[in-house]
Amino acid sequence: MTRLRLGLTLTAVFCTSFAVAQGGDPRRSGYQEMGPALQKMQDDDTANPAMLYAQSGATAWTEKAGLAGKACADCHGDAAVSMKGVAARYPAIAPSIDKPVDLEGRINLCRTTHQQAPELAAESDDLLALGAYVALQSRGLPIAPPDEPKLAAVRSAGADLYKGRQGQLNLSCANCHDDNAGRKLAGATIPQAHPTGYPIYRLEWQALGSLRRRLRNCIVGMRAEPWRPGAPEYLALEAYLMDRARGMPMDAPGVRP
Amino acid sequence: MANVLVNAPKTAKKGDTVEIKALIMHPMETGFRPGTNGRIIPRNIVEDFSATWNGREIFRMKMSPAVAANPFVSFFTVATESGTIALRWSGDEGFVAEHRVAITVT
Amino acid sequence: MRSSRHPTDVRRRMFLAGAAAVTLLPFAAEATPEALADAIKEVTGGAPLRAGKVTLDIPPIVENGNTVPMTVSVESPMTADDYVKAIHVFNEKNPQPHVFNAWLSPGNGKAAIGTRIKLADTQKIVAIAETSKGEFWNASAEVIITIAACIEEVT
Repeated sequence: MTRLRLGLTLTAVFCTSFAVAQGGDPRRSGYQEMGPALQKMQDDDTANPAMLYAQSGATAWTEKAGLAGKACADCHGDAAVSMKGVAARYPAIAPSIDKPVDLEGRINLCRTTHQQAPELAAESDDLLALGAYVALQSRGLPIAPPDEPKLAAVRSAGADLYKGRQGQLNLSCANCHDDNAGRKLAGATIPQAHPTGYPIYRLEWQALGSLRRRLRNCIVGMRAEPWRPGAPEYLALEAYLMDRARGMPMDAPGVRP
Repeated sequence: MANVLVNAPKTAKKGDTVEIKALIMHPMETGFRPGTNGRIIPRNIVEDFSATWNGREIFRMKMSPAVAANPFVSFFTVATESGTIALRWSGDEGFVAEHRVAITVT
Repeated sequence: MRSSRHPTDVRRRMFLAGAAAVTLLPFAAEATPEALADAIKEVTGGAPLRAGKVTLDIPPIVENGNTVPMTVSVESPMTADDYVKAIHVFNEKNPQPHVFNAWLSPGNGKAAIGTRIKLADTQKIVAIAETSKGEFWNASAEVIITIAACIEEVT
Protein backbone atom coordinates (compact mmCIF):
# COMPACT_ATOMS: atom_id res chain seq x y z
CA MET A 1 0.00 0.00 0.00
CA THR A 2 2.79 2.41 0.95
CA ARG A 3 4.79 1.48 -2.15
CA LEU A 4 1.77 2.08 -4.36
CA ARG A 5 1.15 5.44 -2.75
CA LEU A 6 4.83 6.33 -3.17
CA GLY A 7 4.69 5.28 -6.79
CA LEU A 8 1.57 7.35 -7.41
CA THR A 9 3.07 10.34 -5.60
CA LEU A 10 6.25 10.14 -7.68
CA THR A 11 4.16 9.91 -10.83
CA ALA A 12 2.12 12.94 -9.79
CA VAL A 13 5.27 14.91 -8.93
CA PHE A 14 6.82 13.90 -12.25
CA CYS A 15 3.75 14.94 -14.20
CA THR A 16 3.61 18.27 -12.42
CA SER A 17 7.27 19.06 -12.86
CA PHE A 18 7.09 17.79 -16.44
CA ALA A 19 4.33 20.24 -17.14
CA VAL A 20 6.28 23.08 -15.56
CA ALA A 21 9.52 22.08 -17.21
CA GLN A 22 7.95 22.08 -20.65
CA GLY A 23 9.42 25.05 -22.44
CA GLY A 24 10.94 26.19 -19.14
CA ASP A 25 8.09 28.66 -18.61
CA PRO A 26 8.54 30.13 -15.14
CA ARG A 27 4.89 31.24 -15.09
CA ARG A 28 2.58 29.24 -12.87
CA SER A 29 -1.21 29.29 -12.95
CA GLY A 30 -3.32 29.46 -9.81
CA TYR A 31 -4.10 25.76 -10.34
CA GLN A 32 -0.50 24.88 -9.63
CA GLU A 33 -0.60 26.77 -6.33
CA MET A 34 -3.54 24.75 -5.02
CA GLY A 35 -3.19 21.66 -2.85
CA PRO A 36 -3.84 18.19 -4.34
CA ALA A 37 -7.39 17.98 -2.94
CA LEU A 38 -8.51 21.13 -4.75
CA GLN A 39 -6.69 20.15 -7.95
CA LYS A 40 -8.55 16.84 -7.84
CA MET A 41 -11.82 18.74 -7.39
CA GLN A 42 -11.12 20.74 -10.54
CA ASP A 43 -9.89 17.78 -12.59
CA ASP A 44 -13.04 15.68 -12.20
CA ASP A 45 -15.75 17.12 -14.46
CA THR A 46 -18.45 15.38 -12.44
CA ALA A 47 -17.14 16.76 -9.16
CA ASN A 48 -16.11 20.28 -10.22
CA PRO A 49 -18.84 22.68 -9.01
CA ALA A 50 -18.01 25.01 -11.91
CA MET A 51 -19.24 22.30 -14.25
CA LEU A 52 -22.74 22.66 -12.79
CA TYR A 53 -22.72 26.11 -14.36
CA ALA A 54 -21.23 24.84 -17.61
CA GLN A 55 -24.00 22.27 -17.74
CA SER A 56 -26.60 25.03 -17.35
CA GLY A 57 -24.79 26.93 -20.05
CA ALA A 58 -24.95 23.97 -22.41
CA THR A 59 -28.73 23.96 -22.01
CA ALA A 60 -28.99 27.75 -22.36
CA TRP A 61 -26.94 27.49 -25.58
CA THR A 62 -29.85 25.73 -27.26
CA GLU A 63 -32.69 27.81 -25.82
CA LYS A 64 -34.37 30.39 -28.02
CA ALA A 65 -34.39 33.88 -26.60
CA GLY A 66 -35.40 37.44 -27.37
CA LEU A 67 -37.62 39.00 -30.00
CA ALA A 68 -35.59 37.26 -32.70
CA GLY A 69 -36.44 33.92 -31.08
CA LYS A 70 -32.95 32.63 -31.72
CA ALA A 71 -30.72 30.34 -29.71
CA CYS A 72 -26.92 30.63 -29.66
CA ALA A 73 -26.90 27.30 -31.44
CA ASP A 74 -28.94 28.69 -34.34
CA CYS A 75 -25.98 30.85 -35.43
CA HIS A 76 -23.06 29.08 -33.81
CA GLY A 77 -24.06 25.44 -34.11
CA ASP A 78 -22.06 23.05 -31.99
CA ALA A 79 -20.17 25.08 -29.38
CA ALA A 80 -17.39 22.50 -29.23
CA VAL A 81 -16.56 23.48 -32.80
CA SER A 82 -17.52 27.14 -33.11
CA MET A 83 -16.38 28.28 -29.68
CA LYS A 84 -13.09 26.41 -29.68
CA GLY A 85 -10.35 28.89 -28.78
CA VAL A 86 -12.73 31.83 -28.45
CA ALA A 87 -12.41 32.45 -24.71
CA ALA A 88 -8.63 32.25 -25.10
CA ARG A 89 -8.57 35.38 -27.22
CA TYR A 90 -10.71 37.74 -25.19
CA PRO A 91 -10.76 40.68 -24.43
CA ALA A 92 -10.96 41.62 -28.09
CA ILE A 93 -12.27 44.49 -30.19
CA ALA A 94 -15.88 43.91 -31.17
CA PRO A 95 -16.06 45.12 -34.79
CA SER A 96 -19.72 46.16 -34.63
CA ILE A 97 -19.10 48.70 -31.86
CA ASP A 98 -15.36 49.16 -32.45
CA LYS A 99 -14.73 48.87 -28.72
CA PRO A 100 -12.95 46.29 -26.58
CA VAL A 101 -15.14 43.72 -24.84
CA ASP A 102 -14.45 40.77 -22.57
CA LEU A 103 -16.20 37.43 -22.97
CA GLU A 104 -19.21 38.44 -20.89
CA GLY A 105 -19.48 41.66 -22.87
CA ARG A 106 -19.34 39.71 -26.14
CA ILE A 107 -22.10 37.37 -24.99
CA ASN A 108 -24.29 40.34 -24.11
CA LEU A 109 -23.52 41.95 -27.47
CA CYS A 110 -24.84 38.82 -29.16
CA ARG A 111 -27.90 38.90 -26.91
CA THR A 112 -28.83 42.49 -27.73
CA THR A 113 -27.79 42.55 -31.40
CA HIS A 114 -28.64 39.10 -32.72
CA GLN A 115 -31.20 37.71 -30.29
CA GLN A 116 -32.78 41.09 -29.60
CA ALA A 117 -32.93 40.11 -25.99
CA PRO A 118 -32.05 42.23 -22.99
CA GLU A 119 -28.53 42.01 -21.61
CA LEU A 120 -27.90 39.42 -18.95
CA ALA A 121 -27.01 41.08 -15.65
CA ALA A 122 -23.35 41.07 -14.64
CA GLU A 123 -22.52 38.10 -12.40
CA SER A 124 -25.97 36.61 -12.96
CA ASP A 125 -26.20 32.83 -13.05
CA ASP A 126 -27.41 32.98 -16.66
CA LEU A 127 -24.44 35.01 -17.88
CA LEU A 128 -21.96 32.98 -15.84
CA ALA A 129 -23.40 29.72 -17.12
CA LEU A 130 -22.90 30.75 -20.75
CA GLY A 131 -19.46 32.13 -19.94
CA ALA A 132 -18.46 28.86 -18.27
CA TYR A 133 -19.73 26.83 -21.20
CA VAL A 134 -17.90 28.96 -23.78
CA ALA A 135 -14.71 29.09 -21.71
CA LEU A 136 -14.81 25.30 -21.35
CA GLN A 137 -14.37 25.04 -25.13
CA SER A 138 -10.95 26.68 -24.76
CA ARG A 139 -9.75 24.35 -22.02
CA GLY A 140 -6.22 23.19 -22.68
CA LEU A 141 -5.66 25.80 -25.39
CA PRO A 142 -3.02 28.53 -25.02
CA ILE A 143 -4.17 32.03 -24.17
CA ALA A 144 -3.92 33.89 -27.49
CA PRO A 145 -4.71 37.59 -27.18
CA PRO A 146 -5.34 39.06 -30.64
CA ASP A 147 -2.61 41.17 -32.25
CA GLU A 148 -4.88 44.14 -32.66
CA PRO A 149 -3.26 47.59 -32.63
CA LYS A 150 -6.35 49.12 -30.96
CA LEU A 151 -5.89 46.78 -28.01
CA ALA A 152 -2.35 47.99 -27.40
CA ALA A 153 -3.55 51.21 -25.77
CA VAL A 154 -6.03 49.26 -23.64
CA ARG A 155 -3.32 46.86 -22.48
CA SER A 156 -0.97 49.71 -21.76
CA ALA A 157 -3.60 51.37 -19.58
CA GLY A 158 -4.03 48.04 -17.85
CA ALA A 159 -0.30 47.75 -17.26
CA ASP A 160 -0.29 51.18 -15.61
CA LEU A 161 -3.15 50.15 -13.34
CA TYR A 162 -1.34 46.91 -12.48
CA LYS A 163 1.87 48.67 -11.57
CA GLY A 164 0.39 51.75 -9.91
CA ARG A 165 0.06 51.95 -6.15
CA GLN A 166 -3.39 52.60 -4.80
CA GLY A 167 -5.54 52.55 -1.70
CA GLN A 168 -4.96 52.82 2.01
CA LEU A 169 -2.11 50.32 1.94
CA ASN A 170 -0.50 52.02 -1.04
CA LEU A 171 0.06 48.70 -2.74
CA SER A 172 0.14 47.86 -6.41
CA CYS A 173 -0.88 44.53 -7.90
CA ALA A 174 2.74 44.07 -8.90
CA ASN A 175 3.96 44.38 -5.31
CA CYS A 176 2.36 41.05 -4.46
CA HIS A 177 1.83 39.23 -7.72
CA ASP A 178 5.14 40.05 -9.38
CA ASP A 179 7.55 40.79 -6.53
CA ASN A 180 6.25 38.30 -3.96
CA ALA A 181 4.45 35.58 -5.91
CA GLY A 182 5.10 32.16 -4.43
CA ARG A 183 5.56 33.54 -0.93
CA LYS A 184 2.93 33.32 1.78
CA LEU A 185 0.57 36.05 2.87
CA ALA A 186 -1.70 35.26 5.82
CA GLY A 187 -0.93 31.58 5.38
CA ALA A 188 -1.94 31.50 1.72
CA THR A 189 0.42 31.29 -1.24
CA ILE A 190 0.40 34.45 -3.35
CA PRO A 191 -0.38 33.39 -6.93
CA GLN A 192 1.16 35.04 -9.99
CA ALA A 193 -2.33 36.23 -10.99
CA HIS A 194 -2.68 34.65 -14.44
CA PRO A 195 -6.37 34.41 -15.38
CA THR A 196 -6.13 30.95 -16.93
CA GLY A 197 -9.17 29.48 -15.20
CA TYR A 198 -11.92 32.06 -15.56
CA PRO A 199 -14.79 32.02 -14.86
CA ILE A 200 -13.85 30.30 -11.62
CA TYR A 201 -15.70 28.54 -8.85
CA ARG A 202 -14.15 30.41 -5.99
CA LEU A 203 -14.49 28.68 -2.61
CA GLU A 204 -14.64 32.11 -0.99
CA TRP A 205 -17.79 32.87 -3.00
CA GLN A 206 -19.17 29.32 -3.02
CA ALA A 207 -20.26 30.23 -6.50
CA LEU A 208 -18.92 30.83 -9.98
CA GLY A 209 -17.65 34.34 -10.76
CA SER A 210 -15.92 36.29 -13.48
CA LEU A 211 -12.45 37.76 -13.64
CA ARG A 212 -14.07 41.14 -13.15
CA ARG A 213 -15.56 40.03 -9.85
CA ARG A 214 -12.19 38.71 -8.74
CA LEU A 215 -10.50 41.99 -9.65
CA ARG A 216 -13.06 43.89 -7.62
CA ASN A 217 -12.27 41.58 -4.68
CA CYS A 218 -8.57 42.32 -5.07
CA ILE A 219 -9.13 46.07 -5.09
CA VAL A 220 -11.39 45.91 -2.02
CA GLY A 221 -8.97 43.56 -0.32
CA MET A 222 -6.13 45.98 -0.94
CA ARG A 223 -8.23 48.65 0.74
CA ALA A 224 -8.49 50.66 -2.43
CA GLU A 225 -11.63 52.19 -3.90
CA PRO A 226 -13.16 49.75 -6.42
CA TRP A 227 -14.09 51.22 -9.77
CA ARG A 228 -17.78 51.61 -10.59
CA PRO A 229 -19.38 48.61 -12.33
CA GLY A 230 -18.69 48.73 -16.05
CA ALA A 231 -15.71 51.06 -15.65
CA PRO A 232 -13.12 50.81 -18.45
CA GLU A 233 -10.41 50.15 -15.84
CA TYR A 234 -11.64 46.58 -15.38
CA LEU A 235 -11.41 45.83 -19.08
CA ALA A 236 -7.97 47.41 -19.30
CA LEU A 237 -6.70 45.24 -16.45
CA GLU A 238 -8.30 42.12 -17.91
CA ALA A 239 -6.68 42.83 -21.27
CA TYR A 240 -3.30 43.38 -19.65
CA LEU A 241 -3.51 40.23 -17.54
CA MET A 242 -4.51 38.04 -20.47
CA ASP A 243 -1.64 39.48 -22.50
CA ARG A 244 0.74 38.83 -19.60
CA ALA A 245 -0.51 35.23 -19.55
CA ARG A 246 -0.07 34.82 -23.31
CA GLY A 247 0.66 31.21 -24.23
CA MET A 248 -0.35 29.68 -20.90
CA PRO A 249 -2.93 26.89 -21.24
CA MET A 250 -6.44 27.68 -20.11
CA ASP A 251 -7.98 25.52 -17.42
CA ALA A 252 -11.44 27.06 -17.38
CA PRO A 253 -13.82 26.74 -15.67
CA GLY A 254 -11.51 26.36 -12.72
CA VAL A 255 -11.72 25.98 -8.96
CA ARG A 256 -9.82 28.44 -6.81
CA PRO A 257 -9.68 29.02 -3.04
CA MET B 1 -35.27 20.79 -12.78
CA ALA B 2 -32.38 20.84 -10.35
CA ASN B 3 -28.89 21.19 -11.68
CA VAL B 4 -27.24 17.87 -10.95
CA LEU B 5 -24.05 16.09 -12.06
CA VAL B 6 -23.92 12.35 -11.40
CA ASN B 7 -21.04 10.00 -12.09
CA ALA B 8 -22.18 6.39 -12.07
CA PRO B 9 -20.95 3.61 -14.32
CA LYS B 10 -23.27 2.70 -17.19
CA THR B 11 -22.30 -0.95 -16.99
CA ALA B 12 -20.93 -3.25 -14.30
CA LYS B 13 -20.36 -6.92 -13.59
CA LYS B 14 -22.59 -8.47 -10.95
CA GLY B 15 -20.78 -8.30 -7.63
CA ASP B 16 -18.50 -5.40 -8.59
CA THR B 17 -18.25 -2.59 -6.08
CA VAL B 18 -18.93 0.63 -7.98
CA GLU B 19 -18.52 4.24 -6.92
CA ILE B 20 -21.31 6.77 -7.31
CA LYS B 21 -20.61 10.48 -7.17
CA ALA B 22 -23.31 13.13 -7.09
CA LEU B 23 -23.12 16.91 -7.15
CA ILE B 24 -26.11 19.22 -6.91
CA MET B 25 -26.36 22.98 -7.12
CA HIS B 26 -27.69 24.32 -3.81
CA PRO B 27 -26.66 27.32 -1.66
CA MET B 28 -26.51 25.32 1.62
CA GLU B 29 -27.09 28.54 3.53
CA THR B 30 -26.04 27.75 7.07
CA GLY B 31 -28.38 30.03 8.96
CA PHE B 32 -25.41 31.54 10.79
CA ARG B 33 -24.32 34.20 8.33
CA PRO B 34 -25.46 37.82 8.56
CA GLY B 35 -26.57 39.46 5.32
CA THR B 36 -25.72 42.96 4.22
CA ASN B 37 -28.55 44.31 6.39
CA GLY B 38 -26.98 42.77 9.49
CA ARG B 39 -29.77 40.21 9.89
CA ILE B 40 -29.02 36.49 9.81
CA ILE B 41 -29.80 34.90 6.43
CA PRO B 42 -32.23 32.07 7.19
CA ARG B 43 -31.03 28.48 6.97
CA ASN B 44 -31.63 26.81 3.62
CA ILE B 45 -29.93 23.47 3.26
CA VAL B 46 -30.36 20.06 1.70
CA GLU B 47 -30.89 17.83 4.69
CA ASP B 48 -31.59 14.38 3.29
CA PHE B 49 -29.91 12.50 0.48
CA SER B 50 -30.84 8.95 -0.43
CA ALA B 51 -30.03 6.50 -3.17
CA THR B 52 -32.01 3.46 -4.27
CA TRP B 53 -31.23 0.66 -6.68
CA ASN B 54 -34.46 -0.53 -8.34
CA GLY B 55 -36.31 0.93 -5.38
CA ARG B 56 -34.12 -0.69 -2.73
CA GLU B 57 -32.33 1.81 -0.48
CA ILE B 58 -28.56 1.55 -0.88
CA PHE B 59 -27.40 4.71 0.88
CA ARG B 60 -28.78 7.46 3.07
CA MET B 61 -27.16 10.60 4.40
CA LYS B 62 -28.28 13.41 6.65
CA MET B 63 -26.47 16.67 5.95
CA SER B 64 -26.00 19.53 8.39
CA PRO B 65 -25.20 23.18 7.68
CA ALA B 66 -21.56 22.07 7.86
CA VAL B 67 -21.78 20.48 4.44
CA ALA B 68 -20.39 22.83 1.80
CA ALA B 69 -22.50 24.65 -0.79
CA ASN B 70 -23.25 22.70 -3.96
CA PRO B 71 -23.03 19.51 -1.94
CA PHE B 72 -20.96 16.65 -3.24
CA VAL B 73 -21.32 13.04 -2.09
CA SER B 74 -19.49 9.90 -3.14
CA PHE B 75 -20.25 6.40 -1.90
CA PHE B 76 -19.91 2.77 -2.99
CA THR B 77 -22.44 0.08 -3.77
CA VAL B 78 -22.31 -3.51 -5.00
CA ALA B 79 -23.77 -4.03 -8.48
CA THR B 80 -26.70 -6.40 -8.19
CA GLU B 81 -28.97 -6.31 -11.25
CA SER B 82 -29.66 -4.05 -14.22
CA GLY B 83 -32.05 -1.23 -13.62
CA THR B 84 -32.25 2.27 -12.27
CA ILE B 85 -30.26 4.02 -9.60
CA ALA B 86 -32.39 6.83 -8.23
CA LEU B 87 -30.97 9.69 -6.20
CA ARG B 88 -33.11 12.01 -4.10
CA TRP B 89 -32.29 15.21 -2.29
CA SER B 90 -34.68 17.07 -0.01
CA GLY B 91 -34.37 19.93 2.41
CA ASP B 92 -35.52 23.31 3.62
CA GLU B 93 -38.16 25.35 1.87
CA GLY B 94 -39.72 22.20 0.43
CA PHE B 95 -36.70 21.52 -1.75
CA VAL B 96 -36.88 18.18 -3.55
CA ALA B 97 -34.74 16.98 -6.44
CA GLU B 98 -34.50 13.58 -8.07
CA HIS B 99 -32.20 12.13 -10.67
CA ARG B 100 -32.18 8.70 -12.25
CA VAL B 101 -29.40 6.84 -14.04
CA ALA B 102 -29.71 3.53 -15.82
CA ILE B 103 -27.17 0.78 -15.24
CA THR B 104 -26.68 -2.52 -17.04
CA VAL B 105 -25.33 -5.37 -14.93
CA THR B 106 -23.97 -8.49 -16.64
CA MET C 1 -12.82 35.40 25.06
CA ARG C 2 -13.07 31.85 26.38
CA SER C 3 -10.66 31.17 29.19
CA SER C 4 -10.28 27.88 30.97
CA ARG C 5 -8.74 29.68 33.94
CA HIS C 6 -12.00 31.32 34.96
CA PRO C 7 -14.44 29.48 37.24
CA THR C 8 -17.77 28.50 35.71
CA ASP C 9 -19.89 31.32 37.18
CA VAL C 10 -17.48 33.99 35.98
CA ARG C 11 -17.52 32.42 32.53
CA ARG C 12 -21.31 32.40 32.62
CA ARG C 13 -21.39 36.10 33.48
CA MET C 14 -18.87 36.79 30.73
CA PHE C 15 -21.04 34.82 28.32
CA LEU C 16 -24.21 36.72 29.28
CA ALA C 17 -22.41 40.04 29.02
CA GLY C 18 -21.07 39.08 25.67
CA ALA C 19 -24.34 37.59 24.42
CA ALA C 20 -25.52 40.83 22.85
CA ALA C 21 -22.15 41.32 21.18
CA VAL C 22 -22.10 37.70 20.03
CA THR C 23 -25.19 38.15 17.86
CA LEU C 24 -23.35 40.81 15.89
CA LEU C 25 -20.42 38.50 15.24
CA PRO C 26 -20.33 36.42 12.07
CA PHE C 27 -21.49 33.38 14.04
CA ALA C 28 -24.51 33.45 16.32
CA ALA C 29 -23.02 30.86 18.64
CA GLU C 30 -19.90 28.80 18.90
CA ALA C 31 -19.74 25.08 19.50
CA THR C 32 -17.92 24.03 22.61
CA PRO C 33 -16.06 20.85 23.45
CA GLU C 34 -19.11 20.00 25.61
CA ALA C 35 -21.47 20.29 22.64
CA LEU C 36 -19.18 18.00 20.67
CA ALA C 37 -19.09 15.47 23.51
CA ASP C 38 -22.90 15.61 23.84
CA ALA C 39 -23.41 15.11 20.14
CA ILE C 40 -21.09 12.10 20.17
CA LYS C 41 -22.89 10.67 23.22
CA GLU C 42 -26.24 10.98 21.42
CA VAL C 43 -24.90 8.58 18.84
CA THR C 44 -22.90 6.20 21.02
CA GLY C 45 -25.13 6.21 24.07
CA GLY C 46 -21.98 6.46 26.14
CA ALA C 47 -20.35 3.35 24.65
CA PRO C 48 -16.55 3.62 24.44
CA LEU C 49 -14.93 4.98 21.31
CA ARG C 50 -12.26 2.61 20.03
CA ALA C 51 -9.30 3.91 18.05
CA GLY C 52 -8.66 2.25 14.71
CA LYS C 53 -10.36 0.96 11.55
CA VAL C 54 -11.44 4.47 10.56
CA THR C 55 -9.38 6.61 8.19
CA LEU C 56 -10.28 10.28 7.99
CA ASP C 57 -8.67 11.73 4.90
CA ILE C 58 -8.76 15.52 5.14
CA PRO C 59 -6.04 18.01 4.20
CA PRO C 60 -4.09 19.20 7.25
CA ILE C 61 -3.96 22.75 5.88
CA VAL C 62 -6.81 24.08 3.82
CA GLU C 63 -6.90 27.06 1.49
CA ASN C 64 -10.46 28.01 2.32
CA GLY C 65 -12.73 26.70 5.05
CA ASN C 66 -15.82 27.10 2.87
CA THR C 67 -15.19 23.89 0.97
CA VAL C 68 -12.94 21.25 2.52
CA PRO C 69 -12.86 17.94 0.66
CA MET C 70 -12.80 14.91 2.92
CA THR C 71 -13.33 11.15 2.87
CA VAL C 72 -14.07 8.74 5.68
CA SER C 73 -13.27 5.10 5.05
CA VAL C 74 -13.67 2.16 7.44
CA GLU C 75 -11.97 -1.23 7.32
CA SER C 76 -14.80 -3.73 7.30
CA PRO C 77 -15.69 -6.94 5.44
CA MET C 78 -19.18 -5.46 4.88
CA THR C 79 -20.79 -8.89 5.19
CA ALA C 80 -24.16 -9.59 6.79
CA ASP C 81 -22.36 -10.61 10.02
CA ASP C 82 -19.95 -7.71 10.17
CA TYR C 83 -20.59 -4.41 8.47
CA VAL C 84 -20.56 -0.68 9.10
CA LYS C 85 -24.10 0.45 9.94
CA ALA C 86 -23.45 4.15 10.10
CA ILE C 87 -20.77 6.80 9.86
CA HIS C 88 -21.08 9.98 11.93
CA VAL C 89 -18.83 12.99 11.57
CA PHE C 90 -18.56 15.83 14.06
CA ASN C 91 -16.62 19.05 14.41
CA GLU C 92 -15.29 20.98 17.34
CA LYS C 93 -15.63 24.69 16.60
CA ASN C 94 -18.38 25.31 14.05
CA PRO C 95 -21.57 26.91 15.39
CA GLN C 96 -23.06 23.45 15.72
CA PRO C 97 -21.22 20.12 16.21
CA HIS C 98 -22.69 17.93 13.46
CA VAL C 99 -21.20 17.49 10.02
CA PHE C 100 -23.11 14.54 8.57
CA ASN C 101 -24.55 11.11 9.36
CA ALA C 102 -24.74 8.32 6.82
CA TRP C 103 -26.35 4.90 6.97
CA LEU C 104 -24.92 1.87 5.20
CA SER C 105 -25.55 -1.83 4.74
CA PRO C 106 -23.56 -4.85 3.47
CA GLY C 107 -24.81 -3.86 0.00
CA ASN C 108 -22.37 -0.95 -0.05
CA GLY C 109 -19.41 -3.24 -0.47
CA LYS C 110 -17.08 -0.60 0.82
CA ALA C 111 -17.61 1.78 3.72
CA ALA C 112 -16.13 4.94 2.26
CA ILE C 113 -17.87 8.27 1.91
CA GLY C 114 -16.56 11.45 0.32
CA THR C 115 -17.98 14.92 0.66
CA ARG C 116 -17.02 18.55 1.13
CA ILE C 117 -17.52 20.39 4.39
CA LYS C 118 -17.38 23.87 5.87
CA LEU C 119 -15.02 24.61 8.70
CA ALA C 120 -15.26 27.91 10.52
CA ASP C 121 -11.85 27.80 12.12
CA THR C 122 -8.83 25.61 12.73
CA GLN C 123 -10.30 22.66 14.62
CA LYS C 124 -10.62 18.94 15.20
CA ILE C 125 -12.89 16.74 13.13
CA VAL C 126 -14.07 13.40 14.55
CA ALA C 127 -15.38 10.51 12.44
CA ILE C 128 -17.18 7.64 14.18
CA ALA C 129 -18.11 4.33 12.57
CA GLU C 130 -20.89 2.28 14.13
CA THR C 131 -20.67 -1.43 13.31
CA SER C 132 -23.36 -4.08 13.20
CA LYS C 133 -21.69 -5.59 16.27
CA GLY C 134 -22.53 -2.45 18.23
CA GLU C 135 -18.93 -1.22 18.34
CA PHE C 136 -17.91 2.41 17.81
CA TRP C 137 -14.58 3.02 16.11
CA ASN C 138 -13.23 6.51 15.55
CA ALA C 139 -10.53 8.68 14.05
CA SER C 140 -9.93 12.39 14.35
CA ALA C 141 -7.88 14.99 12.51
CA GLU C 142 -6.77 18.55 13.14
CA VAL C 143 -7.40 20.88 10.23
CA ILE C 144 -5.73 24.26 9.92
CA ILE C 145 -7.82 26.81 8.07
CA THR C 146 -6.20 29.67 6.23
CA ILE C 147 -8.06 32.07 4.02
CA ALA C 148 -7.09 34.16 1.05
CA ALA C 149 -5.21 37.30 1.96
CA CYS C 150 -7.48 39.75 0.17
CA ILE C 151 -11.07 39.02 1.21
CA GLU C 152 -14.11 40.44 -0.47
CA GLU C 153 -16.40 41.89 2.15
CA VAL C 154 -19.93 40.49 2.22
CA THR C 155 -21.42 42.73 -0.46
